[in-house]
Amino acid sequence: MLDERTIERIAEEVVRRLKESGAFPDAAPAAKEPPPAAEGADLASPEQKAIPLLENAADPEALLRMKKRTTARIGVGRSGPRLNTKTMLTLRADHAKARDAVFADVDPTLISRMGLFTVQTQCDNKDTYLTRPDLGRKLSDDAVRQLREKCISEPDVQIFASDGLSSTAIEANLERILPALTEGLQAKGLKLGTPFFVRFGRVGAEDHVAEVLKAKVVCVLIGERPGLATAESMSAYIVYDAHIGIPEAKRTVVSNIHKDGLTAVEAGAYITEVIEKILQQKKSGVDLVK
Amino acid sequence: MDLGTTLGGRRFTFRSIKEVLAKANEEKSGDKLAGVAAESVLERIAAKEVLSRLSVRDLRENPVVPYEEDEVTRMNQDSLDAAVYERVKGWSMAQLREYILSFEAGEEELRRLGKGLTAEVVAGVCKLMSNLDLIYAANKIRIPATCNTTIGLRGHFSTRLQPNHSTDNVEGITASVFEGLSYGCGDALFGLNPVNDTVASLTEVLKRFDEIKNRFEIPTQICVLGHITTQIEAVKRGAPCDMIFQSIAGSEKGNRAFGFTSDTVREAKALLKEKGTAKGPNVLYFETGQGSELSSEAHYGADQVTMEARCYAFAREFSPFMVNTVVGFIGPEYLYDSRQVIRAGLEDHFMGKLSGIPMGCDACYTNHMMADQNDVDNLSMLLASCGVNYLIGVPTSDDVMLNYQTNAYHDAATIREILGLRPITEFEKWLEKMGIMENGKLTPRAGDPTIFTAGR
Repeated sequence: MLDERTIERIAEEVVRRLKESGAFPDAAPAAKEPPPAAEGADLASPEQKAIPLLENAADPEALLRMKKRTTARIGVGRSGPRLNTKTMLTLRADHAKARDAVFADVDPTLISRMGLFTVQTQCDNKDTYLTRPDLGRKLSDDAVRQLREKCISEPDVQIFASDGLSSTAIEANLERILPALTEGLQAKGLKLGTPFFVRFGRVGAEDHVAEVLKAKVVCVLIGERPGLATAESMSAYIVYDAHIGIPEAKRTVVSNIHKDGLTAVEAGAYITEVIEKILQQKKSGVDLVK
Repeated sequence: MDLGTTLGGRRFTFRSIKEVLAKANEEKSGDKLAGVAAESVLERIAAKEVLSRLSVRDLRENPVVPYEEDEVTRMNQDSLDAAVYERVKGWSMAQLREYILSFEAGEEELRRLGKGLTAEVVAGVCKLMSNLDLIYAANKIRIPATCNTTIGLRGHFSTRLQPNHSTDNVEGITASVFEGLSYGCGDALFGLNPVNDTVASLTEVLKRFDEIKNRFEIPTQICVLGHITTQIEAVKRGAPCDMIFQSIAGSEKGNRAFGFTSDTVREAKALLKEKGTAKGPNVLYFETGQGSELSSEAHYGADQVTMEARCYAFAREFSPFMVNTVVGFIGPEYLYDSRQVIRAGLEDHFMGKLSGIPMGCDACYTNHMMADQNDVDNLSMLLASCGVNYLIGVPTSDDVMLNYQTNAYHDAATIREILGLRPITEFEKWLEKMGIMENGKLTPRAGDPTIFTAGR
């Protein structure tokens, strides 16, 4: 999500450009022309969204000030009582990004490039995944077999990735966060489990993983339900001594991992510290002393 | 009591009324998740057929959550209008449906009838209704309510202005309020969903709402939708507040999972009578939504429509100003797609009105369900045709705090114009005074939030 600083910066830039173009001189009557949009500009870009479409505002400067203070889509104007075409298309574009994030699969070449193998939960398609959260928390029999065959047992830390509700989040962040995390934890001398990818996974699948591999700490990197502001947000859920049925309050969560939030590299370093603390205190979630 | 039937050459038998009610439901992913849904389409219709032969008394005497265990059941059973119930208790559910749809049953008759029906009866008759039945029956009934102003009168269609902000920044919230007002929204309420559920944060926003309401002399209500206990504390410490909000469930266990009981609601109501800023008498705001009981494992093996009807039974004990189902917010594991959301919206609105409460709806969707803005357009028109008291309005349909989409500020004016509906009268007069509306239509000046800042 855009923070206020970013919006402020963009809005200031818009004001500067408008002033330069002469369309919006200081202390002059309201601009009668709609602000110019560059040919082929990306409707879904923050720069385009910062431009008010409302024409003839009573106080155009106030409008820009108001837009700086919220990410809500205000100052959009109207056609009759309806949205302007650009507003409507921007909205649909943002929704399309969110929908694609949920319904697309993570690119398999990314998984193999990262040296991961793929297992599945008890869901066998997206529909089941979306309607049966209980099955998304359990590994399939084949997954259990594969983990036992391919992964080292009893690691200090078991990390894995999962699509969750946003494949886009995995594609946008995994290549940067996983190496940062692996290197950080190895430098601390910890015994790391063999990483892998879980398709159709819910957060609770990590409890099953922890049981199968007898991991002290388990950490899933998972795509979050996308909003219109970003479809790239990933979270890490970390638990000490997890087992099926462990209370949700025992999970420590690091959220909002994406390029406009906590960046993947920053998150990698931060999660390394959190895991070290969890191992020292032998507890996680609400019990963890920060 | 016969809970079996032969249909299409197949024999179906059901073990309990709870099972008949669940299997008679239109298809919902949440009922499948709960393991209570019909296993085939034919079984669903068989359950409806069995249900249609049950009597009002059968359903009243078999609440889905036991009387001894649950205060919602007790409140519902104990407050029933005995005279009305006596008159209809021998009717079959088929007869009840046909009476509700008949020309004899006008608004007064239906409002009286509702007082003698338990939640299970209301849910049961809903399951025998088609979508157009639900629209037709609901449109006969209006349930107005009065806080500072009165909403829900025939011919009027109101909105809750929902100026949510990702960090509760009051200037950002104010900007969204001005934008909404400039489109004619906000005659039911200015209502914020706060990020920070603290007394300080709620108080700051309430003060700003109060200031705007008073400075521009806007005939409306204000509320910040924190947890009920936080709002109570804020009002005790002097925050200006017209109405207190809480999400409710259809069982005591569900309400406890939300962190309150009926005593908390009574406390809130009494407090507002003493220290609230509205004249009332209706000073409470409840939100519901099919599936919330299952999500807190408080559904007692019942289906989500029946549990939803029980929310309305609970709500009516407190004479709220507004109740809305947040119909598409819960996610695809409860309502899979737009077809299920639209059905649920119509069911909830009908059941709410038959229960005698002032119903609105948040016609919405999340990004992980099979729905988009076109579906909100459709549901909004259907609900406005049923005479819904209000819908929600947010900037350009995108709620930047709750991360879902609902009605845009633009939609209210559109729907009003198409269906010939008006904001509540005193709010329309205010809009005319501000130059935003003329003869029920937006003026060229409408849609400009800076008309509230110009010259300041």
